[in-house]
Amino acid sequence: MKITLTWLRDHLDTDADAATVAEALTGLGLEVEGIHDPAAALAAFTVAKIKEAVPHPDADKLRVCTVDTGTETVQVVCGAPNARAGLRGVFAAPGTYVPGLGVTLGKAKIRGVESAGMMCSARELEIGDDHDGIIELSGAPALGSPAAAALGLDDPVLDVAVTPNRGDCLGVQGIARDLAARGLGRLKHYMPAQVKGTFTSPIGIRLDFPADNVACPHFIGRSIRGVRNGESPDWLKRKLQAVGLRPISALVDITNYLLMDRNRPLHVFDAEAIAGDLTIRMSRPGERLTALDGCDYDLGAGAVVIADRDGVLSLGGIMGGESSACTAQTVNVLLEAAYFEPLAIAATGRRLGIESDARYRFERGVDPASALPGIEAATQLVLDLCGGEASAVVVAGAAPQRDTVIEFPSALVARRGGMEIPESRVIEILTALGFEAKPAAGGLSVRVPPWRGDVTMAADLVEEVLRVEGFDAIPSVSLAPTAAITRPVTIPRQRHRGLARRALAARGMAEAVSFSFIGEREAKLFGGGDPSLRLANPISSELTDMRPSLLPALIAAVTRNAARGLGDTALFEVGPAYADATPAGQSFVADGIRTGSFGPRHWAERPRPVDTFDAKADALAALAECGAPVASLQTFAEAPSWYHPGRAGTLRLGPKTILAAFGEVHPGVLAAMDAAGPMVGFEVFLDAIPEPRDRGSRARPPLDLSPFQPVSRDFAFIVDDSVAGEALIRAVRGADRTLIVDATVFDVYHGKGVPEGKVSIALAVTLQPVKATLTDAEIEAVAKKVVAAAEKAVGATLRA
Amino acid sequence: MADADTLKAEILKAVAEAGDLDALEQVRIAALGRKGSLTEAMKGLGGLAPDERRAAGQALNAAKDAVAGAIEARKAALGRARLDSRLAAERVDVTLPARLRPAGTIHPISQVMDELQAIFADMGFTVAEGPDIEDDFHNFTALNIPEAHPARQMHDTFYLPPAADGRTMLLRTHTSPVQIRTMMATPPPHRIIAPGRTYRCDSDITHTPMFHQVEGLVIDRATHMGHLKGCLEDLCRTFFEVDDLPLRFRPSYFPFTEPSCEVDIGCSRADGELKIGAGEGWLEILGAGMVHPNVLVNCGLDPDHWQGFAFGMGVERVAMLKYGIPDLRTFFESDLRWLRHYGFACLDQPSLAYGLAR
Repeated sequence: MKITLTWLRDHLDTDADAATVAEALTGLGLEVEGIHDPAAALAAFTVAKIKEAVPHPDADKLRVCTVDTGTETVQVVCGAPNARAGLRGVFAAPGTYVPGLGVTLGKAKIRGVESAGMMCSARELEIGDDHDGIIELSGAPALGSPAAAALGLDDPVLDVAVTPNRGDCLGVQGIARDLAARGLGRLKHYMPAQVKGTFTSPIGIRLDFPADNVACPHFIGRSIRGVRNGESPDWLKRKLQAVGLRPISALVDITNYLLMDRNRPLHVFDAEAIAGDLTIRMSRPGERLTALDGCDYDLGAGAVVIADRDGVLSLGGIMGGESSACTAQTVNVLLEAAYFEPLAIAATGRRLGIESDARYRFERGVDPASALPGIEAATQLVLDLCGGEASAVVVAGAAPQRDTVIEFPSALVARRGGMEIPESRVIEILTALGFEAKPAAGGLSVRVPPWRGDVTMAADLVEEVLRVEGFDAIPSVSLAPTAAITRPVTIPRQRHRGLARRALAARGMAEAVSFSFIGEREAKLFGGGDPSLRLANPISSELTDMRPSLLPALIAAVTRNAARGLGDTALFEVGPAYADATPAGQSFVADGIRTGSFGPRHWAERPRPVDTFDAKADALAALAECGAPVASLQTFAEAPSWYHPGRAGTLRLGPKTILAAFGEVHPGVLAAMDAAGPMVGFEVFLDAIPEPRDRGSRARPPLDLSPFQPVSRDFAFIVDDSVAGEALIRAVRGADRTLIVDATVFDVYHGKGVPEGKVSIALAVTLQPVKATLTDAEIEAVAKKVVAAAEKAVGATLRA
Repeated sequence: MADADTLKAEILKAVAEAGDLDALEQVRIAALGRKGSLTEAMKGLGGLAPDERRAAGQALNAAKDAVAGAIEARKAALGRARLDSRLAAERVDVTLPARLRPAGTIHPISQVMDELQAIFADMGFTVAEGPDIEDDFHNFTALNIPEAHPARQMHDTFYLPPAADGRTMLLRTHTSPVQIRTMMATPPPHRIIAPGRTYRCDSDITHTPMFHQVEGLVIDRATHMGHLKGCLEDLCRTFFEVDDLPLRFRPSYFPFTEPSCEVDIGCSRADGELKIGAGEGWLEILGAGMVHPNVLVNCGLDPDHWQGFAFGMGVERVAMLKYGIPDLRTFFESDLRWLRHYGFACLDQPSLAYGLAR
């Protein structure tokens, strides 16, 4: 909300300047987001007086003026018809930038006559549209003094961010009250005098609400007849303009003025547009209203409306209707001041999507006791500015009585606030804010003023006291340690994310963070798309579904990078994926995508394209770092549908627990995403990693070092193409559990010398003697066991 | 004996003249081999008279030792020369690029969360978490934001279809629901942080529909506003590594805290560069307050016995300030150039022992 310093001074007797006021407001919790000083733009312009104006020797329409700038006398050529001796106006010296002209003035000769500066029009200063002549200042402002002051444009505007709990500060009066409590000046109290009605209003008012939902408990109307609804006087127009409101007509401006001044929404009906009496009630299905914003609203049931015999005239507390709006021809009016329940206004405003100053205020709480003083103040202003004759007020219902009395224990300020404040000071602060504080048993008894509906409990009073005293005054205290012995602040599940992240980065991948929502089509391609995970109000059609996997976003990112010429991309993300909308449906995964070559082109090494085994290695690295038992994992040649059916797999602990999926991304999926492949990827299901058993000790098992050299023997087996290499390795390793410590595949061969449908797999088997160096016979015995085990497990035969 | 001396001189000359190891070996064989000149001369001693034999023998032995020594020395010299020439031939251009493994990077959001976690770990905060998909009870109602409260509209909430039991489902608009889950799940005292993703239906230069927060909650019997200030001062000074960083606590409003405050840190701008520290400006970096008694009651705690503070901090915001990242939206664009420029090394794990940032 915008306020000006002079408007503030209507309510606060203070000498403080704008900066001081701003600092105090921010300290009070009414943050000043900006100070606009209109004088700043006019700083170079000063008051000057034309001493003499004579016709230009060579031009009919120009005059040569002798101008007293207060410091010197200069000659200025001027084309304005009103340029004459004695006029006080606004002078711009050479070197001044004139915004309305877009030029910086220089000394000039105009038709042969020297001109050292310029007398300005309103349009040239961009303070008005008037360009018929130069500005004529009223009164006798000092020559050489700032033009802004003489023009009444030196009133700083403060932009105050009023928090939703402080409806009372949506009026200048409320802001002044807080400042007075802070010690910035004395609050001026206004109680509008009662205007005596000279006749009885012809328009009756009736409230019609069910007892359990009185959305408008209090409605006051007053007829004023014989008004003239012209333009507002300058002081009113200037006030409204300064805070960003457009003057419309005197009647409307008066209501806007009181809205801003006292947070008192009002409405004026053209009484001629009202048929019969008014009923304030809930709208009925099918009722419509063309509101003042020009839009036609289907009100539906349950909006608070003001209706006459013929139907709805106005949306109570939100916006008036077009049909009963005041115009320049309006003669007889009905003034309205009412109280509407915040929840009813909020619900209707939200449902119909109408934003208005009135809605904004009623939602945040208007002082329920302000309707009567509000209508009196408005009546007086109407009579003053528009003339006319006022009726007696018509009151329907009554102002809701808010009488909140809070027991305020003395110790609470120190207990919650961490600062001792004497009780006398507490009383002083609360009193200045409009509370009535009286000593009572154990502390104070505090009565809350009606405009502070946000204060309901002792904790609220602590805040009032602290914010007026200043949060800066609270002494800071560091938190004491909770325990002498420190333990990890995370549980293993949480640590998995960081460990996987750093393991994958260590493998050369760059971590990305992408949105948790993706497009419906992408979600469906990756097993998602369940309606329970679709946003009701997505921000774009590309961001509609909670992601089932992190791969779609990574594939899209790889594609975007490729479009920038970044080819060999390795991206990963560690974050949540969503299987359903329950807390258990969210799990943390580490997913990655690689494309292009593994490593950069290099003079010494030929790069190779990334393949499934890079993705498998990535997945295994992440799992290993998280402490998953990678040696016990089995690779299943089955993977979800978004992978290449022949080049993807899953890593499992037992047949059921899937810890990761990896492989080439299905070309069909890439095509559907307009992504160029091939790409390989992986998904590591971090939350599925079993927690390590607590063995009660960190000690490692004893290290048993054999004194005998290990022996390596190579075996080349021929197996069916369909045989899983992992099964062969497992069989070989298991052939002699004492001696065989390792078996690695060093060659896989299809082609000449290997029958069709078969594959040759060569393994290097390491034997570690434990008791004595192995004899040839012993090695031969183990070799036989290896061959037998391979044959038994997967039908392998030794390659000839 | 002239014979031995002459022989020695001849042989030494030949040794010196041997141009390579093979020639030297020929010289050795010619002198000391089975049929070598010195060997033959030694054999000839048997025919001499005993007196002559001793004198001649001594001379020949001396000559033999001298020759053997000279051959060894020459051999070593020729070996060195041969190695030198081999090594010279093995030269490579060492200025060529090494085989480097491409370096991966950690996203600034993860890094900053790790930094914050390290700082809070030192203050005894454990890490709590809750789901991104919340119901309106945890996100709003329990946090003292009833239906139709204006604050609900301020949150620009993303909604999902209602749950089977009718609950309104939404994407959490802040990490504060973790406060509720923590207080409802375990008895006080509490000292937790909850880092995580949060969502608001808003997208422009300074807003993304998803962002990250770190929530904090301290509940015990005595924690007050002074502790709130002390904790957040310690946090900000540690995080920004500015010991005298000024903080400003401005009263504000959040439905779930009372009193509430927004916290600013001092900054200055010179030549368009933002510097964190004492200066003429302020930057808002977090919201905080004493947990509202209604929130405690909603979680089954008696506000006459339990109290404490909570805060919420935008992770991207502090990352931008600390590391000079100008644009929020770029965090989520996965542009490799950006990730490499603003990312962190994988081994740069923040800790108080090694420093929060290298």
